[in-house]
Amino acid sequence: MRRYFARKLFVYALTFVVAVTVNWMIPRFMPGDPVAGMVARARVSQPEAAEAMRTYYTNLFGFDEPLWQQYLHFWGALLQGDFGISIWVFPTPVGDVLLDALPYTLGLMIPSVLLSWFAGNWIGALSARRKVLDNTVLPVGYLLTAMPYMWIAVILAWALGGQAGWFPLSGGYSLDIQPGWNADFALDALHHWVLPFLSLFLVALGGWAIGMRNMIIYELESDYSSYLSALGAPQRLIRRYAFRNAVLPQVTGLALQLGVLVAGALVTEIVFAYPGLGSLILAAIQNQDFFLLQGAFLFIVIGVLIANFLIDVVYVVVDPRTRTGMAGGTS
Amino acid sequence: MSTPSDPAPETAAPAAAPSSPAARPGSEWLHYAVRNPKLLIGFSLVVILLAIGLVGPMLLDNGNPNEYVGPQASPPDGTYWMGTTTFGQDVYAQFVHGLRATFLVGVVGGAIAAVIAMLVGFLAGYRGGLVDEVLNMLTNVVLVIPALAVLLIINAYLGVRSVAVQGLFIGLTSWPWAARAIRAQTFSLRTREFVDLARLSGSGTWRIVFREIAPNMSSYLFMMFILLFGGSILIASSLDFIGLGPTEGVSLGLMLQSAQQWSALQLGMWWWFIPPGAGITAIVGALYVANVGLDEVFNPKLRES
Repeated sequence: MRRYFARKLFVYALTFVVAVTVNWMIPRFMPGDPVAGMVARARVSQPEAAEAMRTYYTNLFGFDEPLWQQYLHFWGALLQGDFGISIWVFPTPVGDVLLDALPYTLGLMIPSVLLSWFAGNWIGALSARRKVLDNTVLPVGYLLTAMPYMWIAVILAWALGGQAGWFPLSGGYSLDIQPGWNADFALDALHHWVLPFLSLFLVALGGWAIGMRNMIIYELESDYSSYLSALGAPQRLIRRYAFRNAVLPQVTGLALQLGVLVAGALVTEIVFAYPGLGSLILAAIQNQDFFLLQGAFLFIVIGVLIANFLIDVVYVVVDPRTRTGMAGGTS
Repeated sequence: MSTPSDPAPETAAPAAAPSSPAARPGSEWLHYAVRNPKLLIGFSLVVILLAIGLVGPMLLDNGNPNEYVGPQASPPDGTYWMGTTTFGQDVYAQFVHGLRATFLVGVVGGAIAAVIAMLVGFLAGYRGGLVDEVLNMLTNVVLVIPALAVLLIINAYLGVRSVAVQGLFIGLTSWPWAARAIRAQTFSLRTREFVDLARLSGSGTWRIVFREIAPNMSSYLFMMFILLFGGSILIASSLDFIGLGPTEGVSLGLMLQSAQQWSALQLGMWWWFIPPGAGITAIVGALYVANVGLDEVFNPKLRES
């Protein structure tokens, strides 16, 4: 087990280093003068502000230093939590801008990932033994997985928000309410949260249901199931064993899906103008705010790494082979 | 699903032989392929959409789908089958051109990802040892970094915007899960007798991989390509939607983006945002359904009687 975690942690550390390096390399190895480009793109009207920006960037990039020193400085600044300063909302530090948006993204992601996983596995397991249910779950599941995230979001917004008028079409809270820790704001935020949540939940649901259904059917046909039923074991028991075996790949799948779900949350946030990381990224791209973009990228990578690590811990709990160290070599 | 009462493939294949003159080994799965409704429906839908994408743009007298041709914001009617946008662009013209771009990005992205996945997966699985360790590490690193975030920053910096470049980037980032799967399959095949025999006769690594191992999992590789193809289409539509699509021409994702940008939703112009999304869903969904059908054709255990 120690070996298992050592390997996992090594991959995560390596991933982080690669991500930071990619982040560092891109502005340096792109053609053209990045500082001049960024100052020009920011369209700052006052010359003093433009000059301040120019000195700031030149110092930050440290173009007069040798490359390896620039690389080390980048790491040094990063480890002190310095992501640079946003161009879009100059002169707010990128870290602050991102931290403001983070609760919205997490509040959207965590419930939709977990609930769709539980609900999808449950529906999938049920449909594996009921023919009628299976005939509806399968086509609906395929339809849901094939839908682009933003399209299901647009359809939901149109049907439930526009036509039915039950939910607000955009934003994270009403404009006349000040964000804060009170019941009014919480209710309003919840009201705005329903549609984006529902769209993320639905798209992920289909995939989990189909995966679980296929795994259970596969397990029910395997040797140990036939052996158990030959011994006269009750169907309930066989199904319970099948479920326990089928759920393992689903846990791995959850880890694999996280990166994709981050992407899903980004486009869904853009549809609903939800004030999370996704909307920030869109603003960063539109305003050519590369520091904000780089910061958001690192935030996402860190988030995915933490989530993957948590799933590795869960895996140890559900898979006995990990505990005895057997799975260390294959992961 | 399959019960002992299923007709075994050995008994079923000869029964089909008289009707088809050439009873080569390939005709057995063809026999099941033409009788599998999922494969037929999925495959036909893909072919129909591909045909619309290929032929549709040629039948239009206007070469540029973004030109302002008709009345503004009119619902579908006889002249404009899918209505027009706020600017009077023909939604149908955009749709058929968009289908073309969507298929192109799927083929380019899917093919590049499949080639990388095969190279990495075969090499890691067949050679094992240190090569496997290094390649596995690389696969895991790329797997954990969210592909869309990488595509975002590369796209935003480079600013190169064409369907082909987009497909290239998607291909370069979406191969890891497929490489892992191929590695696992290769692992189980490399200790078989026929591989040992090839190795004893002095064949090189790539010769063994492509002559002995790959043909034995060709059905699996084909299905993997279909999934990568569908995945590329979905990723490309997300990129287009965020505003990082091709700068010229039109794609289904770009149509959704402009519908969103010009508040088609608030204006109730459903004909603007329904067709592009439905097009993507139909292609990807049909690919998935065809894939399930293929699985049943290749894997006798899954066949329903």
